[in-house]
Amino acid sequence: MALSNIFGIGLVGLGLALLFFFALPGRQREARAWRPIPAIRRLRRAIGLAVEDGKRLHISLGKANLLTPDNGSALTALSTLERIARMSVVSDRPPVVTSGDGALAVLSQDTLQAAYRTSHALDQYDPDRGRLSGPTALSYVAGSLPVIRDEQVSTNILIGNFGPEVALMTEASEKARAFTLAASDSLAAQAVLYAAAEETLIGEELFAAPAYLQAGAAHQASLRVQDVLRWVLVALLILGALLKMAGVDLL
Amino acid sequence: MRAPVATAVAIGLGIVALLGYFVPLPFLVDIQSLLLSWAVILAAVAALVAIFNLVRVHVRKLRGSPPKQRGDGYSLLVLAGFAVTFLAGLLLTPDHPQFQQAVLAVQTPVETSLIAVLAVTLAYASLRLLQRRPNWMGILFALSAVFFLILASGALSGLRGLPLLGDLLGVVERLPLAGARGLLLGIGLGSLLTGLRILMGADRPYSG
Repeated sequence: MALSNIFGIGLVGLGLALLFFFALPGRQREARAWRPIPAIRRLRRAIGLAVEDGKRLHISLGKANLLTPDNGSALTALSTLERIARMSVVSDRPPVVTSGDGALAVLSQDTLQAAYRTSHALDQYDPDRGRLSGPTALSYVAGSLPVIRDEQVSTNILIGNFGPEVALMTEASEKARAFTLAASDSLAAQAVLYAAAEETLIGEELFAAPAYLQAGAAHQASLRVQDVLRWVLVALLILGALLKMAGVDLL
Repeated sequence: MRAPVATAVAIGLGIVALLGYFVPLPFLVDIQSLLLSWAVILAAVAALVAIFNLVRVHVRKLRGSPPKQRGDGYSLLVLAGFAVTFLAGLLLTPDHPQFQQAVLAVQTPVETSLIAVLAVTLAYASLRLLQRRPNWMGILFALSAVFFLILASGALSGLRGLPLLGDLLGVVERLPLAGARGLLLGIGLGSLLTGLRILMGADRPYSG
């Protein structure tokens, strides 16, 4: 078996073991306070205001294909959606969800249904609130613009896999005087969002969003595992650099 | 636990697919390939379901439920476009050259126009950057964007031959690469943990 495969199994095994360990009830009580992320604080406030004012939330989940490696951001977006749907279940206007992939659109309907069922409000569930707005990157953005503009949306949450074209959505949101929080796993989109979005999440902050919205013990535990694994990677990078300098090439 | 059967199936198949990547045993690789081909078919069916759902949304808009809004007339255009494309695709098959030519004749100019609008939007956003983020990070972002635009244009190529300044430029050129790798490592770790939560059954985006 190749060394890279052994390293991969080791990283997955360590991650899984740490995840179980930090998710134990005793460890949860010892959890420290997280670093404040101002964008998430503003998002919570915007959700509260939208519910109070009877305005709609628009959650856009990006265009990630679930069969490709960038599906992590889409799955995190679905966790965020479930949490937001549960937070806004008392609103007069239920949230609307757009996505740029068929399977993701179907899962968004499933997630909305689960959120309403858990909140004992299944009668409010409408499958048409989870929509495929377009199957290509640009048609997805073009299909989402009328939702931002015409459906009395006061808060747009764009979280998932987007390209630079997401700037068209942030611009439309700004024109509609709505609050925008945007996060993407694409580096090009992150640079664009830093300039174009009202609030943005950079790097792995995207994956922390559900934990900061109190989505559950497993999400909080995974933040702590990320911290540990980051240090493991730093140590391995330094070790690799030292070995390379010494003329040892393991891979 | 909600949907225990779906959760057990997802965890079991997830572990088999993961092992197929790391342990190259022929039977594991075969099972992984079979599972992935099933997933491709399911994703295609899901796309079709989602497209018909989109059609239903536009039909509801035309029938006035929810109440009429500005721009609802475009729904008629969407439905007509969908009906023509769907029927033509069924009759000619999507591989037919004339069908592809007709689709691209509509899609290419529309998407090109959107990219042109995007270019203007990005230029406007960059002009407003310091108004939106009047802090040291915003200033640094703007300065580095301008600096690397100049660097990429080749205007500083004459300095590369100078002994100390050339080396310094080389170091500066590698800085974005280092930053990108840092961000990608964070995203990679986040993706890994998302997958592990699903393998644990803690995240269930499929259970309804």
